[in-house]
Amino acid sequence: MPCVGDWLNSPLSIVQGIFAQNVPNSDWEKKVTEYFKEKLKENNATNWVPSLNDVPVHYLKPNSLVKFRCMVQDMFDPEFYMGVYETVDPNTNARVLHFGKYRDVAECGPQQEIDLNSSQTVTSERQTFYCVPVPGESAWVKEAYVSASQARVSPSTSYTPSRHKRSYEEDEDMDLHPSKQKEQHTGESCWCGGDIHGCVEPKRLETEASAGHHVISPNCSPPLDLNFPLPGEKGPACLVKVYESWESFKVNDVLEVFGVLSVDPVLSIVSSEERDSSALDPMECMDTSEEQRVHSPPASLVPRIHVILAQKLQHLNPLLPACLNEEESKTCEFVSNFMSELSPVRAELLGFLTHALLGDSLAAEYLILHLISTVYARRDVLPLGKFSVNLSGCPRSSAFTEHLYRLIQQLVPASFLLRMSIESMNRARLVPHKDYTANRLVSGLLQLASNTSLVIDETQLEQGQLDTAGVHNVTALGNLITWQKVDYDFSYHQMEFPCNINVLITSEGRSLLPSDCQVHLQPQIIPPNMEEYMSSLLTAVLPSVLNKFRIYLSLLRLLDYSISDEVTKAVEEDFVEMRKNNPESVTADDLHRMLLVARFLSLSAGQTTLSRERWLRAKQLEALRKARLQQQQCVNGNEL
Amino acid sequence: MSSPASTPSRRRGKRGRGSNPPTPQDARSPPSQKRRTDESTSTGDLQPMPTSPPADAQSPGAADALFSSPPQFRHSAIPLDFDISSPLTYGTPSSRVEGTPRSGARGTPVRQRPDLGSVRKARQVDLHSDGPAEDIVATEQSLGQKLVIWGTDVNVASCKEKFQRFLQRFIDPLDKEDEDIGLDLNEPRYMQRLQEINMVGEPFLNVNCDHLRSFDETLYRQLICYPQEVIPTFDMAANEIFFDHYPDSILEHQIQVRPYNALKTRNMRNLNPEDIDQLITISGMVIRSSQLIPEMQEAFFRCQVCAFTTRVEIDRGRIAEPSVCKNCNTTHSMALIHNRSMFSDKQMIKLQESPEDMPAGQTPHTVTLFAHNDLVDKVQPGDRVNVTGIYRAVPIRVNPRVSSVKSVYKTHIDVIHYRKTDSKRLHGVDEETEQKRFTEERVEMLKELSKKADIYERLALALAPSIYEHEDIKKGILLQLFGGSRKDFTHTGRGNFRAEINILLCGDPGTSKSQLLQYVYNLVPRGQYTSGKGSSAVGLTAYVMKDPETRQLVLQTGALVLSDNGICCIDEFDKMNESTRSVLHEVMEQQTLSIAKAGIICQLNARTSVLAAANPIESQWNPKKTIIENIQLPHTLLSRFDLIFLMLDPRDEAYDRRLARHLVSLYYQSEEKLEEEYVDMAVLRDYIAYARSYVNPRLGEEAGQSLIEAYVDMRKIGSGRGMVSAYPRQLESLIRLAEAHAKVRFSEKVEAIDVEEAKRLHREALKQSATDPKTGIVDISILTTGMSATARKRKEELAQALRKLIQSKGKAPSLKYQQLLDDLRAQSETAITKEMFEEALRALADEDFLTVTGKTVRLL
Repeated sequence: MPCVGDWLNSPLSIVQGIFAQNVPNSDWEKKVTEYFKEKLKENNATNWVPSLNDVPVHYLKPNSLVKFRCMVQDMFDPEFYMGVYETVDPNTNARVLHFGKYRDVAECGPQQEIDLNSSQTVTSERQTFYCVPVPGESAWVKEAYVSASQARVSPSTSYTPSRHKRSYEEDEDMDLHPSKQKEQHTGESCWCGGDIHGCVEPKRLETEASAGHHVISPNCSPPLDLNFPLPGEKGPACLVKVYESWESFKVNDVLEVFGVLSVDPVLSIVSSEERDSSALDPMECMDTSEEQRVHSPPASLVPRIHVILAQKLQHLNPLLPACLNEEESKTCEFVSNFMSELSPVRAELLGFLTHALLGDSLAAEYLILHLISTVYARRDVLPLGKFSVNLSGCPRSSAFTEHLYRLIQQLVPASFLLRMSIESMNRARLVPHKDYTANRLVSGLLQLASNTSLVIDETQLEQGQLDTAGVHNVTALGNLITWQKVDYDFSYHQMEFPCNINVLITSEGRSLLPSDCQVHLQPQIIPPNMEEYMSSLLTAVLPSVLNKFRIYLSLLRLLDYSISDEVTKAVEEDFVEMRKNNPESVTADDLHRMLLVARFLSLSAGQTTLSRERWLRAKQLEALRKARLQQQQCVNGNEL
Repeated sequence: MSSPASTPSRRRGKRGRGSNPPTPQDARSPPSQKRRTDESTSTGDLQPMPTSPPADAQSPGAADALFSSPPQFRHSAIPLDFDISSPLTYGTPSSRVEGTPRSGARGTPVRQRPDLGSVRKARQVDLHSDGPAEDIVATEQSLGQKLVIWGTDVNVASCKEKFQRFLQRFIDPLDKEDEDIGLDLNEPRYMQRLQEINMVGEPFLNVNCDHLRSFDETLYRQLICYPQEVIPTFDMAANEIFFDHYPDSILEHQIQVRPYNALKTRNMRNLNPEDIDQLITISGMVIRSSQLIPEMQEAFFRCQVCAFTTRVEIDRGRIAEPSVCKNCNTTHSMALIHNRSMFSDKQMIKLQESPEDMPAGQTPHTVTLFAHNDLVDKVQPGDRVNVTGIYRAVPIRVNPRVSSVKSVYKTHIDVIHYRKTDSKRLHGVDEETEQKRFTEERVEMLKELSKKADIYERLALALAPSIYEHEDIKKGILLQLFGGSRKDFTHTGRGNFRAEINILLCGDPGTSKSQLLQYVYNLVPRGQYTSGKGSSAVGLTAYVMKDPETRQLVLQTGALVLSDNGICCIDEFDKMNESTRSVLHEVMEQQTLSIAKAGIICQLNARTSVLAAANPIESQWNPKKTIIENIQLPHTLLSRFDLIFLMLDPRDEAYDRRLARHLVSLYYQSEEKLEEEYVDMAVLRDYIAYARSYVNPRLGEEAGQSLIEAYVDMRKIGSGRGMVSAYPRQLESLIRLAEAHAKVRFSEKVEAIDVEEAKRLHREALKQSATDPKTGIVDISILTTGMSATARKRKEELAQALRKLIQSKGKAPSLKYQQLLDDLRAQSETAITKEMFEEALRALADEDFLTVTGKTVRLL
């Protein structure tokens, strides 16, 4: 029986073993997944698997088991591959069966040839996803995952040899195929901005150019666009090959995959060879060079993972157990433990946010509601549970939003700050669009994973004219907020992708974007130095308390909620009463909002049913908020 | 693709199909292109002088060989294991040079079918036959059933015979296809097609696989499973019949059979390794097409020493250049002569899954197509097509220098037949793909549903369940979704009758109008959603722009054109500017859109229903004003709406209570519970699609009568008070509504109940929108002329009073404006505003009674 190191370091040999045992029937595939499932279930076993998120690709051993926490950015066409193939030794005529699953390259020994016409060949299908690290993932999330990982603990044994081996392979390959070296270096240089003049052989350049490749300037090929939704993202993008039930995954899903890392340099060679030959033979040029580039990028830049196990992540928060709906005692314990100390946490969080919002406790209350909101259902086109807040009256100077965002970043697992200005709106690429030449979905800022916090800073908006792109971008933002969907542009048609993004808008006056709820900020204190003030806030909070905030916000989002018949009655009565008194000001929309506030208010206190008191409290909050708005309107009216 | 030396074998454990089974076509006489038939073979003894133009070379030879044509029609030969397509082996000189007069099967050149991959060399096996027989038919008959194409269960002779029988006998009187215009459905349909080929000269025979299946299940199965063996057999069969019937017919090349509509019609997503090498039909949208690629089919080499020529056919995408001249034995003397080599056209096309087929949240798949010869450039990017073809998978070429290969195959489809779904829309026939979507169980289910007595109410409830009440509005929208029957009165000069129902919703903000629009937009397959605020006239209609790639002017269509056969939802209709609104006039009645821009003058179809929402000018609906005054839309536009609904916020306790309960339930019920209460959206969508494509109700006698009555009644109401209360437009609306209601019931006949409901709904809508706020009477003229009849009457009276007043003043040539107004006010019992006074003055000025200049009024 293979030991622990084996399934981590050379999973393929285990697959080979299982394959050899079961070869006549096809259930070896099932057994492989079962085997790894068992292995990973063992105590903390998942922590032993090195993660592509924290370990650079070149430190990882090829063909070892890795994990990757990622978002599906694009889905490529399914591909057919040789699931089982046979090799022949031309001298001895000996035939050997191999499996092609979890591999990019059909391997065979030096003296062997692949028999493409063998009757034993099984063609199978797999799906490729282009995955990127979760966009906007907060630094604390990354750190927490890194520190939880135990794969780093044993570097000396696994890393060093793997490096040796790899460089050895590299040398060997480079002798044979200069192209590889080139690709590798281009890749590396793009990554770390190094210079590659020296390494480029003139001969190679020639062939590249003749093959219609893009490299002409000696300095660098245009760096491969890894297609991250947000600017300034780092981390590897990955081609994730999924072997089963790929229909269940969707674009923008957050996955954690366990699989075999493949960085075989042959991958790049094959494609470049193809490109060479395609120059001779127009028949072969099915794909444009852009498409080639996108779909088979150098493996050093975009490694491949052959998935053995994949699961959708409910949330990103490393402080919570990965799967909450399981009826495991451990999970239950965790949840009930946390629930018992919920109210002090809430109080502390409220205090913290009150300070952050310059002493405005009402706004802080609404901010909590906003942060735990999530779209829990869709009623035909209407998303239920979204609660976008427009925080108006924000001080324009002193970069208040920036600092607020920094605090929010510390609390939520994923977030992004969109600074709205005429120029950025005209220039930004918010909506993902399909590039048909390269045959991929070019990402946009709004391609975000579920429950990402999007903070829109409208305070910097000046007067000006939006051009067509700008209008489209603003419309897209409006659609996102109102319907929680983004229409991806497929040039011949648009396609709707539902999303679940918490939008917080900060503005001076009322925002030009729609929102569910406008809260006017009433600062109690204006700190002379905003930066100092905010950073002192953050340092004042103990890390353990901060972690509690984080758990609080992620956990409450996942709770269920209901309203009893009694309370329903009461709410009805209330609504009728309110309408009687003032039919103009209380509309169906108001009721919608009040119900939302009540929902999140209850949840924020850890209650899963609406009680009469909460309902009254919700009404009270709403009344306070409205009064503030009216007051504000009066002030503005006077000014005008 | 001509290099699939080995498509991956999908049948594991079955007979090893080394490479491809022989295609009978390969066995045919090698002259595969018309140019070649005219020329000599590579056997060398008869090569024509390079000087003689090929076309001329034929005739003399033809005359010689006229009576001695050897059995050249040997396509069904089952050759042994050697390379049949090499002229050296098979192309007996006679077969080519005897070039008969260009008629009859023998004379008509065969054209290669690269779509079937006919250029392959294959190990070929015939288990029983004894080699290429001279008299094929005899041999085959004697061999009977034993003879099958290697690797398949296809017996060429019986397959051919069956197909011939199919061609000669297949009749389907019930079949309706839009292409069948001019066909006698009671005659064998494909014989008529052949006749058509004879007349038109387009040597392609399209065969609907569905027909084949109903005729002979086995043959159909064989066609699906072994297309590249069976289709050539079909070709032979078709040609034999054709030239039997029309021996004098001259065709460009022999008839090629193009099957389409293989029942294994698939969504691109369902393609899997099982389908490799099978005949499939998939639908999708063309997103990219390559330039034409000339693919060398046969290279022509000439020895530079002795001028000996030879031909080499392409083999797996490569031409093997002869290293030694066979004539003079000089090495490396053969040079390629480009312009005598043969090329066939080829094009690479990327097909993307159509948006309807895509599951939510996934990106569309694409598949590569290769189109050959005639099919090149048949489709453009953006076209929706149904493609029938053979699915191929090719291993990525083994590189001699690398021992390991990528274990991935490249897949593509060799196109055999295109069927554009777009072009048919121009004829107003609904897409076949749409009809195909329904399985029998689904249809059964829908029909079952349609029998329910309360189906109308049920569907109305299912519509936008999250929006509370507004039942009549939902009913109106439901009828709009179904639409009336399309009628064609072109021959009487009236043109098309509008079948689409237009609806306008106006009302207070916050009454979920936008939500309703969004819902409809999401429900219908071809819906468009625009906002009046953001859209310009060109955004709605069409604009001309320069294509960045081709630098050609292209017409980009706007929302109205894109929603042809669908619904165009226009939010904030009132915020639309004047010029934009004006384009709607044509669309909403004529259902066309005329464009005259940048040298492009055309008329596009825009058979779209308009669902518009407008807010009142004063943000809150003013019940004291008419609809025109409230939303400030021109009556010309308003009268084009069949139904105008007011969505007002009812101030009513019971309503509030129900609304509250409804909303509260939204916030805690789990999703599953919500689902089961109503007909779900998918069913509703299918129901509507089915009704729209299959149900086409006509007015029944009774219904017609009651429509007339209803119309006469409506006219009568008005005539009593000296005003017109109904116009033909209202009658048309009623008809449309009644038809739509019949469609809801899946009824082919419009009956009295349909008319009743149409009347009720129409009345309901009128009651809301066309009530004169002054008198409380429903007055259609508010919509048709923008002014209620009473208002008009009052205006006339005032003008008359003013006239009397002026006349009573005697012969004064001019009067002071203010003076006159004061006098009139003193005289009248009702208050007279300045506007009213001016209007009266204008009316008198129109009668040439007076003129107004500045502050004085002059009599004429």
